Amino acid sequence: MSQHNKTDIHVSLRGVTKIFRGADGGASVHALGPIDLDLKRGEFFAVVGPSGCGKSTLLEVLAGLSEVTEGDVRFEGKPIHGEVMDGVGVVFQEDACFPWMTVFDNIAFGLRQTQLTSSEIDKRVEQALAMMGLTPFAKSYPAQLSGGMRQRVCIARTLVLQPRLILLDEPFGALDQQTRLLMGEELLRLWRETGATIFLITHALDEAAMLADRIGVMSARPGRLLDIVETGWGADRDSRIVETEDFGKITAHLWQWLRGESMKAIARSGAAA
Amino acid sequence: MTNDTVSWRGSFYLTAAFLLIWQITYMVIGDLALRSPAQTFTFAFELLKKPSFWPHLIETGKAFAAALVVAVLLGLAIGISLGLKKLAGDVFEPMLVALYSIPKVTLYPILLLTFGLGISAKIAFGALHGFIPVSLFTINAVRNVRPIFLKTGRVLKLGRMAMVRRIVIPAALPEIFSGLRIGFSLTMIGTVLGEMFASQKGLGYLLMNAIGLHNVDIIMAITLMLIIFAAGMSSILLMIDRRLHRRV
Amino acid sequence: MTFTGLLRLLVIGGLIGLIEILCRVGVIDNFTMPPPSRIALDLWRIVVTGKFNAAIVKTLSNAATAFVFAVTVGIAAGVMIHAAKPLRHALDPFFATYYAIPVLAFYPLLIILFGLGDAPKIIIAFMLGVVAVIVNTLNGLDRVPRVLLKTARMARLSRFATAIKITLPSATPYVLTGIKFAVAYALIGIIGSEFVMSTNGVGFEIAFAYNNFDNATMYPLILLVMIVSISINMVLVWWEKRLLSRRGLR
Repeated sequence: MSQHNKTDIHVSLRGVTKIFRGADGGASVHALGPIDLDLKRGEFFAVVGPSGCGKSTLLEVLAGLSEVTEGDVRFEGKPIHGEVMDGVGVVFQEDACFPWMTVFDNIAFGLRQTQLTSSEIDKRVEQALAMMGLTPFAKSYPAQLSGGMRQRVCIARTLVLQPRLILLDEPFGALDQQTRLLMGEELLRLWRETGATIFLITHALDEAAMLADRIGVMSARPGRLLDIVETGWGADRDSRIVETEDFGKITAHLWQWLRGESMKAIARSGAAA
Repeated sequence: MTNDTVSWRGSFYLTAAFLLIWQITYMVIGDLALRSPAQTFTFAFELLKKPSFWPHLIETGKAFAAALVVAVLLGLAIGISLGLKKLAGDVFEPMLVALYSIPKVTLYPILLLTFGLGISAKIAFGALHGFIPVSLFTINAVRNVRPIFLKTGRVLKLGRMAMVRRIVIPAALPEIFSGLRIGFSLTMIGTVLGEMFASQKGLGYLLMNAIGLHNVDIIMAITLMLIIFAAGMSSILLMIDRRLHRRV
Repeated sequence: MTFTGLLRLLVIGGLIGLIEILCRVGVIDNFTMPPPSRIALDLWRIVVTGKFNAAIVKTLSNAATAFVFAVTVGIAAGVMIHAAKPLRHALDPFFATYYAIPVLAFYPLLIILFGLGDAPKIIIAFMLGVVAVIVNTLNGLDRVPRVLLKTARMARLSRFATAIKITLPSATPYVLTGIKFAVAYALIGIIGSEFVMSTNGVGFEIAFAYNNFDNATMYPLILLVMIVSISINMVLVWWEKRLLSRRGLR
């Protein structure tokens, strides 16, 4: 198998297709694919596309939460088979904090069933708290925190497991624009500090353009990759790149692709998307 | 939800109003059918001091406690298993709802014939009243656990038992507790009702006996005791219920 | 017939079949319970000979009376209490703990007051049902989405028109839930009272049959009560489902 060097392939998808069989004899839905894609180790990859194009389905396949109908998905060379792989972390759009636990316990949750000792768990949790700026809130309950803080807790919960691949499904979708920009900077910082491969789904073109090394543009359903855009940013970037001319060019390029696809998606969905 | 301090004041006024209405009704209707609040409270106190009363109180207490344990354990077991499995839940839940609508007192003779004239029949009857709301509320509670929590559990690679223990039950707890609260009251009613027939001991028996002898003092005193206990326990459980719901 | 409906029928059928076998084989002795087939036969005989028609009519008419009172008073009271906020706050804890109170404990007192007739039973059944109606009516009125009321104000609807066109339809499913409870409680209250102390009605007949070791009468009557209450409940559940599914609520 491949050598572990800077440009080696971390995740590979070949001919990945997902078809949902209709419930109670209804029509089946060809949601995704076929998709061919390679993610390089340590890169920041974003996916944009119109509503209902299958972005979330793609993420669920990578997470191991959903099985492919056709095709092959590999993480570090090993096939993913409808089971969550070790070393993969997932952050969802919806607030997933357990309201009956403190922030500390929320973050420690995933570690409690491992073989780690209590003090090791405490150490890792405290590191994650510090990394996400949550240390003063360790004993608070999620209900006392804002939406942005709660998402940080969910991210921290993923970080303590020291994942090598982090999947994020529109993690900042429920937040206001300003918070999103700042959280984006946070995410870049984490990416630099952990060196993990990041796979981010977002509907916000500016977010993708600012954060990613490469951006995959998906078509309307059934979702296929229309183009992969290289941003060429340096690894030390922050939100100030939105002021540059190149930034505008990238978002314009993305919108060129997506305008037509988005109209198709809206036309298709008469009922709820 | 209402501010708790406001509702305490409200409850106080309500209780005062109730006592007032009681007193007035007594003054209108007279000694043949009623006793005044003061008389009833006094009589109840005296009754509680009598050694001959204690065996009855203990009998009802024992039967109720046993019925409660059965109702809660059975209800939780049924509720959690039916809540987790969609098909089983869809099939059995309407049956439970239908069972709930049957006047359970008509099923009592069947229990008497099955268990005989002893404490077991009372316990079974009390449990029969209580386990249904516990099950129904628990089914609903488990079903309504936010899917994102279950997804998170899968992503963190929790096994089935761990999912139930560490995510499903804590997430469903507020709603489960509401079912327990209602099950508590209904179990008590069922137990006392059961004691009114085919029993020689217990508060229900005393009540039935007093009806036959037209002993208004005892009827009112025991009714008062039952109401105070029921309302008191229910209020405490309600406070816990509200606190559990608030943290979500 | 849906798949789950079919499964349910199979489960019930299987259960009845099992009891039938246990009875015939002798595990359940005849004194405790006759086989279900015999019970059904006895019920058929009772219905055909009309032996207990008077009792059935008595019970159902009393239940209907109590039901009508509970629903009308309940809805009216619910509407009034909803409008009077301080009263509502005072009554909320009362309603929350109401069903913990053994209402049947008042039955002896009512008998002393009104004699051993229909009135005490109807009052008990009414007391059981009315609070369910009130609570659910309040709930329904609470849940009228604010935005709909704002829309009414934008359209300059009068208070009455708002109540009829917006509040009432919006609250109907919840009021229906209360009515569902009122039906069940009316039957439970009447039959329960008849069972405890009465001279007529189906509940009384069941108690009488029990005391006289008359399984041939007791079990069919119990079965009859079960069939009636389950049928009424099923009809109401079906209606409620229709109302709610149209709104995308279920």
